[in-house]
Amino acid sequence: MLEHAPRQKKNNTNLILRLWRNKESRQVIIQIITITIICIAAALILRNISINLKAIGKEFNFGFLFTPAGYDITFQPILSYSPTDTHLRAAVIGIINTLLIAFSGIILATVMGFTLGVLRLSSNWLVSRMVYCFIEFTRNVPVLLHILFVHALIVHSFPVPKKAIDIMGTSFLTNRGMFVPRPVFGSTFYIVVIAFVLGLLLIYFFSKWAKKVQNETGKIYPVFLISTSIFFGFPLIAFFLAGSPISLDYPVLKGFNFRGGMVLRPEFVALWLALSYYTSCFIAEIVRGGILAINYGQTEAAYSLGLRPNRSLQLVIIPQSMRIIMPPLASQYLNITKNSSLAIAIGYMDVVATIGGISLNQTGKEMETMLIVLSTYLVFSLLISAVMNIFNRKIQFKKR
Amino acid sequence: MEKTLSKTTTATGQEYPIGQYPDLPPPRSTVGIIGWVRKNLFSSPLNIFLTVIGFLFLFLIIPPIFNWAVMESVWTAASRAECWGKMDSPGCGACWAFISDRFNLLIYGFYPESERWRVNLSFIMLILAIIPVLFEKVPYRKYTLIYSALFPFIAAWLLKGGLGLPPVNSDQFGGIMLTIVIGVTGITFSLPIGIVLALGRTSPMPALRIVCTLFIEFIRGVPLITLLFIASTMLNYFLPPGTTFDLLLRVLIMVTLFASAYMAEVIRGGLQGIPIGQHEAADSLGLKYWQAMRLIVLPQALKISIPGIVNTFIGLFKDTTLVLIIGMFDILGLGRASVADVKWAGLSNEIYLFVAIFFFICCFSMSRYAIYLEKKLHTGL
Repeated sequence: MLEHAPRQKKNNTNLILRLWRNKESRQVIIQIITITIICIAAALILRNISINLKAIGKEFNFGFLFTPAGYDITFQPILSYSPTDTHLRAAVIGIINTLLIAFSGIILATVMGFTLGVLRLSSNWLVSRMVYCFIEFTRNVPVLLHILFVHALIVHSFPVPKKAIDIMGTSFLTNRGMFVPRPVFGSTFYIVVIAFVLGLLLIYFFSKWAKKVQNETGKIYPVFLISTSIFFGFPLIAFFLAGSPISLDYPVLKGFNFRGGMVLRPEFVALWLALSYYTSCFIAEIVRGGILAINYGQTEAAYSLGLRPNRSLQLVIIPQSMRIIMPPLASQYLNITKNSSLAIAIGYMDVVATIGGISLNQTGKEMETMLIVLSTYLVFSLLISAVMNIFNRKIQFKKR
Repeated sequence: MEKTLSKTTTATGQEYPIGQYPDLPPPRSTVGIIGWVRKNLFSSPLNIFLTVIGFLFLFLIIPPIFNWAVMESVWTAASRAECWGKMDSPGCGACWAFISDRFNLLIYGFYPESERWRVNLSFIMLILAIIPVLFEKVPYRKYTLIYSALFPFIAAWLLKGGLGLPPVNSDQFGGIMLTIVIGVTGITFSLPIGIVLALGRTSPMPALRIVCTLFIEFIRGVPLITLLFIASTMLNYFLPPGTTFDLLLRVLIMVTLFASAYMAEVIRGGLQGIPIGQHEAADSLGLKYWQAMRLIVLPQALKISIPGIVNTFIGLFKDTTLVLIIGMFDILGLGRASVADVKWAGLSNEIYLFVAIFFFICCFSMSRYAIYLEKKLHTGL
């Protein structure tokens, strides 16, 4: 007892040291310190912001969103917009343009990426090498350079409208963009849409039924063939039954430019192509890795079960590869969406260029506009990862 | 009968005892060039088709490009007009005179001419600093590594000036020099910050974990260009009134933070690949947290994340071009500005090809080095 007393006292004096040496209490201390530092930093920043804003006579509010923007947006395919509209509408147009480029980029990059990835794996030495060179050169050069290069190529090297490159007399490549026919929808067009939706429903139920039949009896229907013919056949039949309700408005050269039709502006085309082929190189490598990761034993096992090469690819190899391909593919989709913000370098009016660029400069509301832009991208990112996570969960191993 | 059993006869009539017959060479169509061509280019109808398409494509692409870049190119001229005057038809060849005219600008930016030796010196010092980091068999590696660690600070002093050297304003930085300044700073500092963030995100302490996760996910959720906009337009609001600091420094901070968030995710992947047994073994040896991390966990985790780390470096190096959007003149920014110059207007292909080759050489060698390192560190596990 007597021996213990001094040690006890010593321990009491070094309470903090003792707490620090204990794992659990140390963790609590570290966390408290972290939170305190962050709170102090946040408070300091907020204080600085309010002082700085007051010093130059600015206020933090979003009222400017409802005042006329006063600048024009050259690319407004879905919602119309005029300089007298508000900043809010300009922001919405920007968001739509971002979504448009991201969506079309994702589609083209996926198609190109899977094609390149399969060609890269081809047993043909020449094709495989050519694809390898293309992939290595493209992905080791900044995407911004690709965008600027393609844009400059269109603007500087393509002919003026008078000498346009004629594609089958209906579309024209010029330095002012690509002029393509514009579909004009007739009044009975809704029949085609209804037929299309009906076709989709039919495909869904048919494939479900075919799977059920196969599980019960082993009988296999050519699901892919029938689905494809329904997918294309239904709308096509409806199209002719409704009396061809789509007519095309062709672009015609009048004076110095084309009239009519639809124009894909150089900014849009350059951004779209550059983003797509740049990202497709990464997707190609992902696809190649995913297919190579499947052990050849899987193919042999499928063959020994008596599956034909087509079936074994479809039932054994591709489902397993997709599990590996999906997560990195999702992050490439996110990359396209984020890289579309480089649009501002060539004057494509996306959300960064409209609300984060011109609106910011006109109103001087750096905080508010950047907050809008940042939250837009965060929402996109969350949405894409949520969708891809759901899809991913569907194709992952089912734990039984 | 006896004879045929005990001996075999070759086509040329030579006789061998049974079992002594020499191995025949493989059929000529399966070895050598012919065999290779048959196997790799013409093995099936589809293969033949692909080969034909491939050659056709090369035939359509290579000669015009070769013609443009070499045959019809002009290497000395004072302006675009003179350049194009020397060609058969204007613009049918490359005007490389443009690049040589702009060469110094593309490398040094607007750095004062009398002080350019400092840039040259830092380039040489950079190469000397990189060598001991990359290769193990460098003599006195222990000491040269200290020099490598000090290099960013020496270079900062050398380029920026002060303390005896005439100061150079950072808005005079440009060209390849600016690209390398941003790239090297980002690469040097994003790895340690990334490691700390990754450890924070995998830490058992919820407060640390949440803070690190929020930071990483925020940075990864927004494009770099918005962060650069923040750096250039509104960072001053966050600072105490009256403090301003250099745009270049703000950009360096943003680029480093951006890269370290991606780095953290790569390293977290590596950390999760280390079996829990390694942590437990370190604990049972009595190692403290940092000792265990430094000696047991991180060496293994970093080893398996090398490909990802180098990919992040390459991505960061390519992303340095984004600074042109906020008005800084890196090599691509100067290239773009040169295209708009009246004297050389419209020669975009030449300049962009030059910039592309620069980036390709840098990034491709980085990825080759990663493959070399991966092979070297592969322990068969």
